[in-house]
Amino acid sequence: MTENPQSTQRPVQPAVVPYDWLRLVLPCGVGLIVLLVWDLCVRFSGSDLFPKPIDVARAIVELIQHGLLIKYIVASLFRVSWGFALATLVGVPFGLVLGWYSRAAQAFNPMIQILRPISPIAWIPVAILWFGVSDAAPIFLIFLASVFPITVSAMAAVRNMQPVYVRAAKNFGLSEWELFRQVIFRACLPQIITSLRIALGIAWLVVVAAEMIAVNSGLGYLIIDARNAGKRYDLVVAGMLLIGLIGLGLDFLVRKLENFDEVRWGYANKS
Amino acid sequence: MSAAPSAVSVRNLWMSFPGKGSAVHVLENVNAEIAPGEFVCIVGPSGCGKSTLLNIIGGFLKATAGEVLVQDAPVSGPDPRRIFVFQENGVFPWLNVRENIGFGLRKKARAEKAEIVSRYTEMVGLTGFENAYPAELSGGMRQRVEIARALAANPDIIYMDEPFGALDFITRLKMRADLVRIWERERKTILFVTHDIEEAVQLADRVFVMSRRPATVREVVEINLPRPRDLDSAGYLEKRDRIFAALGMSLGVG
Repeated sequence: MTENPQSTQRPVQPAVVPYDWLRLVLPCGVGLIVLLVWDLCVRFSGSDLFPKPIDVARAIVELIQHGLLIKYIVASLFRVSWGFALATLVGVPFGLVLGWYSRAAQAFNPMIQILRPISPIAWIPVAILWFGVSDAAPIFLIFLASVFPITVSAMAAVRNMQPVYVRAAKNFGLSEWELFRQVIFRACLPQIITSLRIALGIAWLVVVAAEMIAVNSGLGYLIIDARNAGKRYDLVVAGMLLIGLIGLGLDFLVRKLENFDEVRWGYANKS
Repeated sequence: MSAAPSAVSVRNLWMSFPGKGSAVHVLENVNAEIAPGEFVCIVGPSGCGKSTLLNIIGGFLKATAGEVLVQDAPVSGPDPRRIFVFQENGVFPWLNVRENIGFGLRKKARAEKAEIVSRYTEMVGLTGFENAYPAELSGGMRQRVEIARALAANPDIIYMDEPFGALDFITRLKMRADLVRIWERERKTILFVTHDIEEAVQLADRVFVMSRRPATVREVVEINLPRPRDLDSAGYLEKRDRIFAALGMSLGVG
C-alpha cells in the first residue's frame, strides 16, 4: 500500500461556512418572474383599471408622501396584536386544561366544534351590534379567528404528550399547579408555538375583513376605501402586497421563537 | 423473618388487565421481601409482566389483589422518597442537564441545591455538560442524567425499569460498572428490572427469576460474589447458568 504521508493529518476545516447565496437568489428570482409576468399580462390585456407593478410602486410612494403608510400599518398591527394576544391568553390555558381533564373536554369540545367553523365574517353584524364603531369590533373578530386554532392545538398537544414526563413529574411530588406550569406547559410549548404561528397567520388574514367595518384606518380599510372611492386599483393592490409582506415578516418573527433551547427539541427536523 | 422492616415487601400480588373478551392475567400471587440497601434484579421472559410489577411497586399502577408495603406502609401512589428511572428516559427535554438533575430539589436552598447538583453531575461523569440539553446528548448520557436526577433527590429506593435497554453493548457495560460503583457509595435500595441475565448477575445481590405470563417468582438466586465481578469466574458462570436454567425450564414447560 502506498500511503500518502499527508493523509494521516487531520483535514483542515474551513473556518467559515460560505453563505448559501442560492437561498436568497432562488426566491428573489421567482419574485422577479412573477412581477414580469404580471407586467406583461397587464400590458397585453390593455386594461386601464388593473395596475402594473410600477403603478403599485408609485401608489406605495404616494401613501408614504401622505404619511398614511406607517399610520395604516401601525393601525392594522395594533388590532391584530390585541386580538391575537387575547386569543393566546385565553386559548393556551383553556386548551391545556381541556387536554388534561377529559371531563372538561367532554363538556366543552362540542361547543368549540360548533363555534369553530363559523367564519369571522359571519360575526361582523354581531360585532357591530356589540362594539359599535370602535377598535374593539375588529379586535373581537381577530380574537375569534385565532382563539379556536390555538385552543384546539393546545388540547391536542397535551393529549399527544409523552406520558413518561407526567409520570416522572408525579414521582417528584409536584402539585397540580406545578405539574401544569413546569411539565405540561413546557412539554407542549413546541406545538403551542407552531399553533401560534398558524393562528397569527389567520389573524392577519382576517384583518382585511375586520377592517371593512366601522374603522377608518388600516390596510384592510385602505383596500375597501380605495375601491369605493374612485376605483384606485393601484392602491388596492398596494394594500394587498403590503399585507403579504408584513405577513411574511410576522411569520419570520414567530419562527425565531422555535430556535430557543427550551423548545428546539420539539422540532424533529432541526439539527 | 428478621426484625428490621423490609424496604419493600410484596404480598400475594395479583394483577390482570381487562382484555378482549376475557381478562389478561399478568401477575399471579407474587411475593417478595427486599431488605434496605439491597440491589435486587428482576428478570423474566419479555412480556412476562416484570415492568408491570415494578410499576405497581412504584405506585403507578394499582394491583388487582394483594398489597405492596414500603417500609411497612402500603403504597398508594408515586412518592419522592422512591424515584423511578424509566425505560423510555424521563429526562425533561426542555431543561438542561443542571436543571434536570436539580428537578427533585425544588424546595432546597439555592446554595445547597447547587452543591448537590454538582456532586451528582460529577458522580455520573457529566461534569462539563451542565448546560447541555438532552437532545444534544447521547442515549447513555441521557440515562446518566436520569440516574443523577434520581440520586440527587436522595430517595430511599430507586426503581429502574430496563434503564439500559436502549443502549449499545459497550455503553451498557460501562453504565453497569458505573451503577455498581455509585450503589456501593450511596447504598440505596435498588429494584432493577431487566431481560438481560448477564446484566442481572453483574449487578444484583439477589435475582428474582419470573416465569412466563401469568408471572410469578419462579426462583430467587443469591449472587454472593465480590464486586467488581469477574465475568469469567466459575462462580459468575454458575449463577448465570442457574438463571438460564430457571428461565429455560419455564420456557420449555410453557
